[in-house]
Amino acid sequence: MNADERVFDYLLRLADSDLVLAQRLGEWVGHGPVLEEDIALTNVGLDLLGQARLWFAYAAEVETRFAGSGRSEDALAFLRDGAEFRNLLLVEQPNGSYADTMARQFYFDVWHRLLLGALTRSRDERIAEIAAKAAKEVAYHAERSADWVIRLGDGTEESHARMQAAIDDLWMYTGELFEVDDTERALAGEGIGCDAGLLDQPWRESVAGVLAEATLVLPTSPATQRGGKRGIHTEHLGHLLTSMQWLQRAYPGAQW
Amino acid sequence: MTMKEWPLWEIFIRSQHGLAHKHVGSLHAPDAEMAIKNARDVYTRRNEGVSIWVVRSSDITATAPGEKTPLFEPANSKVYRHPTFFPMPDGVKHL
Repeated sequence: MNADERVFDYLLRLADSDLVLAQRLGEWVGHGPVLEEDIALTNVGLDLLGQARLWFAYAAEVETRFAGSGRSEDALAFLRDGAEFRNLLLVEQPNGSYADTMARQFYFDVWHRLLLGALTRSRDERIAEIAAKAAKEVAYHAERSADWVIRLGDGTEESHARMQAAIDDLWMYTGELFEVDDTERALAGEGIGCDAGLLDQPWRESVAGVLAEATLVLPTSPATQRGGKRGIHTEHLGHLLTSMQWLQRAYPGAQW
Repeated sequence: MTMKEWPLWEIFIRSQHGLAHKHVGSLHAPDAEMAIKNARDVYTRRNEGVSIWVVRSSDITATAPGEKTPLFEPANSKVYRHPTFFPMPDGVKHL
């Protein structure tokens, strides 16, 4: 991979995680536990979708540099197969109950906030710009999801049990958040990307703090599920993409 | 006591160019902090405001429509309560 190809791959990782999580949050539209949460959660999804678009748009420009032409945002989002997606395994996990959704969101938001903070110092101007804009939105997301983990954890017996189960079940996907492969190592070395390994300690501290306030137990089981960055996904991604992509594939180039 | 319903909160927003918080509506939330976050999501999506106040609806005491007459009608016909009622002498320009 040359330098541009590495940046392209990295941008897809960022875009795909945002896109897949936005799609998952979109599944809550009309199904939220109360109207206010329906609006709040889907607003988070819209923010993430907007960020995905910014990453995709830049990715398309970078692709032009090494491939002569770049695919459009739509082509990248709707015409790639599962094995070409680079999102974290965490975000493709199903919505489940509100506890499951908020546990997933919480784990992701704490990481996302730290990552974007680091990327605002990227030597790549465009990455720094996008990260700066996204960071404002994600600061809010992170507060929100922590609030919910605390309220559900330190809530009724039932909410506490469900929240603890959700925290435990999703823990196995959190190791991937700090995985650094050759591409990311090279980009971090060039000052373009972020060394995700450095986010592990602060992430752990934040998560432990919130879980303590939520009267929840920090899991200690191994967090070894990974593969998203290489296009090796859980069974869930296929179904999610079918739902997300069928219209563009059935009616290519369709416009509203 | 377990509550089945979240309490209702009245929401007041001050816009960028305003001086006063205006009442914009109400919403349900488990507590004040969530009420503020929900108000931010429900009532400031289109850049409507820079400051949010939330008040538990049960903390608001309001006048009853039936009390309108004794409370407000007397003020209708007391023109001397308005500063413009008093004519200023010509010599006094800046009072």
